[in-house]
Amino acid sequence: MADAVAVKNFYNQSTNKHTGILSWLLTKDHKRIGLMYMVAILTFFVVGMLIGILMRLELIAPGRTIMSAQTYNSLFTLHGVIMIFLFIIPGLPAIFGNFFLPIQIGAEDVAFPRLNLLSWYVYIVGAILVIVSLFLPGGPIDTGWTFYIPYSVRSSTNISMALFAAFVLGFSSILTGINFITTVHRLRAPGMGFFKMPLFVWATYATAWIQVIATPVIAITILLVIIERAFGVGIFDPALGGDPILFQHLFWIYSHPAVYIMILPAMGVVSEIIPTFSRRTIFGYKQIAYSSLAIAFIGYLVWAHHMFSSGMSDTARWIFSLLTFIVALPSGVKIFNWVATMYKGSIDPKPPFLWVMNFIFLFSIGGLTGLVLGSLATDIHLTDTYFVVAHFHYVMFGGTGTIFFAALHYWFPKMFGKMYNMKFARIAVVLYFIGFNMLYFPKFIMGYMGMPRRYYDYLPQFTTLQEISTIGSWILVGTIFFIFGYLFHALRKGKKATSNPWGGVTLEWHIPSPPPLENFEKIPTITHEPYDFSQLKEMKDE
Amino acid sequence: MSNNTGTAAHHVHRDDVGAKMGMWLFLFTEVLLFGGMFLIYAVYRYQYPDQFHIAAMELNTTMGTLNTIILLTSSLTVALSIAALQKGNKFLSLCFLSITLLFALMFMVIKYFEWTTKISHGIYPGSPELLTKPNGQILFFGLYYIMTGLHGLHVLVGMVVISFMIVFIARDKVTSDNYVKLENSGLYWHLVDLIWIFLFPLFYLIQ
Amino acid sequence: MSENNKHHISYGTYILVWAALIAFTSITVTIAGVSLGRYTLFIALSIAAIKSALVINIFMHIKFDEPIFKVFLGISGATLFIIFLLTFFDYIYR
Repeated sequence: MADAVAVKNFYNQSTNKHTGILSWLLTKDHKRIGLMYMVAILTFFVVGMLIGILMRLELIAPGRTIMSAQTYNSLFTLHGVIMIFLFIIPGLPAIFGNFFLPIQIGAEDVAFPRLNLLSWYVYIVGAILVIVSLFLPGGPIDTGWTFYIPYSVRSSTNISMALFAAFVLGFSSILTGINFITTVHRLRAPGMGFFKMPLFVWATYATAWIQVIATPVIAITILLVIIERAFGVGIFDPALGGDPILFQHLFWIYSHPAVYIMILPAMGVVSEIIPTFSRRTIFGYKQIAYSSLAIAFIGYLVWAHHMFSSGMSDTARWIFSLLTFIVALPSGVKIFNWVATMYKGSIDPKPPFLWVMNFIFLFSIGGLTGLVLGSLATDIHLTDTYFVVAHFHYVMFGGTGTIFFAALHYWFPKMFGKMYNMKFARIAVVLYFIGFNMLYFPKFIMGYMGMPRRYYDYLPQFTTLQEISTIGSWILVGTIFFIFGYLFHALRKGKKATSNPWGGVTLEWHIPSPPPLENFEKIPTITHEPYDFSQLKEMKDE
Repeated sequence: MSNNTGTAAHHVHRDDVGAKMGMWLFLFTEVLLFGGMFLIYAVYRYQYPDQFHIAAMELNTTMGTLNTIILLTSSLTVALSIAALQKGNKFLSLCFLSITLLFALMFMVIKYFEWTTKISHGIYPGSPELLTKPNGQILFFGLYYIMTGLHGLHVLVGMVVISFMIVFIARDKVTSDNYVKLENSGLYWHLVDLIWIFLFPLFYLIQ
Repeated sequence: MSENNKHHISYGTYILVWAALIAFTSITVTIAGVSLGRYTLFIALSIAAIKSALVINIFMHIKFDEPIFKVFLGISGATLFIIFLLTFFDYIYR
């Protein structure tokens, strides 16, 4: 491997006439854009995480600890806005979808490479607007990330700016969605039928549909609130006859499907990792593929379960409760098929696989407590308590966040051509598991006991559980910095990764690590099923 | 070999069907965007049916009808301009596009007079006159201004797009065997028309 | 690749469709003047639906384009319908 330096890959080949930083900022290469997203998204992830740890620190003892109540209100709003709009919605599709979707279907690039670069810039503009809204007179927003009417019309903080930022970020999401759908329909390699696509592609495809069909609804809702604030037009404001619950409907018509924008690609990653480390084709390929579409579809029908206590009609409440239970079915199908894939497989517990185990445990808790909240009677008791906070952190962070790290560990050698320290990675999985459960599990108990969410202060009987939770946050954040540490070290000093370190069979493992500029020397013709491990013998690992 | 599906050329990679697919997907986002507003309209009309009827009396049906005819005709001229370009008649295509632009301008001028008349009668968002009216009417006029305003914004964007097409055709960047850009602009313009087809009866024809 | 987007529509067809659209417009305006009670809205929206079907099928070529576009159109139409339906479960029964 002495001539390894001379090997051409997408790092040392530019798509444009520029070199250096401009060759990145003006690139049309999907892999480079994916990495640019990674830099931006991880930056905001760290910011959101630091805000989270500050909030936890404030809550370590009753009463004022380190900040005022108004600051606390702004921090939980920002934590929500940053984590949702800047990290978890774009996270998996924009980074790993961009990087691997074209490779996995045997394409040179996405269908609209220039549009792809534009989406990145739109994302950056949106992110900058969020940041700017913090420092303008008026102060950081304090409504919570849900921007509920009427407070969002009355609050004197910079709501309009933050809303506009969300509008812009929505645009970025829509453009990515349009790009991925068209890519999947138009650029599959010869022989790559829809049912030969890897399941990550299926999941990203279903996600793209939600991005295209749901995001416009929030866009218009946001726009209307901005107009309402600017011109005093009566739309949602009850003082002018408007209906605040209608705002909640429109908000959740997007934001509930958005939950599936967050989780579906994660489920796709799981469906990639489990066969690879079980050396066994996925159990029930078609069911998993269809269940992605089913989740995307049914995810549309359940939005009002966020509004059981808002005062909407009883008929609507039981209908939405019923529909909510139905959405558990396709998720259950997936979990069942993943476990069935491992059955009698030859399991190789490398770090990516361990991350997935982490995911199945945490996500199952998140999913099952979702059923508790989805049933009307218990929800009335638990609405707006820590139980809800714990539930969605188990789903979002325990689900999508954990899989973000799984994907990072799985594809890191392919993306950067370097291998990280396996021992460190195994330790990280364990620490993450401990920190995570310490941080969020006490919230289930506190919520059940009646601790309301978004409160700055609490009764003394919650002190012990709040302390455990805060200590958990230190372990979790410490672990995440540890992960970034050893990955960064691997980037600089890691061993060179081979083209197929895990023994995967999807297309990205057929090409060198890191991939060459247009991915394939020649567009491949697909003959195998996506998880047919018999082809492993013919594949070279260099 | 079809002249507008480019698989033969190496590395140029022109995919007209893909481009149109992207455009359609974008149009669906527009449909859902306006769909959200139509939903708000539907809910409030359901809640305040009588107030909506009274408020709608203020609107000028003649101007609304005139604008409908103008927009429908402009849709025709865009379609004709594509047909002309397909037949290789560049000049005719340019003529039709210019007429479309003219119609769009007429639409905006009529809209301008409609709005200014309303405003001079003291009916605009937040006006003292409007605030004395019942809630249902405040909502009606709020929706009227926002929905026709956003639609008008789309007309303006459409005018810019069509102007670009005129330049592209004149400079032979859009030609009789590479006209997907013109087709996509046409699709956009038809969508603007489509939304108006629904806005018109919902605002001007409640009696 | 598919040849169906080679399908060219003649000037005559376009003008015929336009004439139909104008005719429907005048019908809907005329009917709006007649007091039909609660059917007014239904008729107005039906006519608007017919008009939009004409525009989508002929002006926007979806009738002659790739079949997948029709599927896409169906998906977004169905979504919109579902959103309306479920939201009204709240408002009708409130």
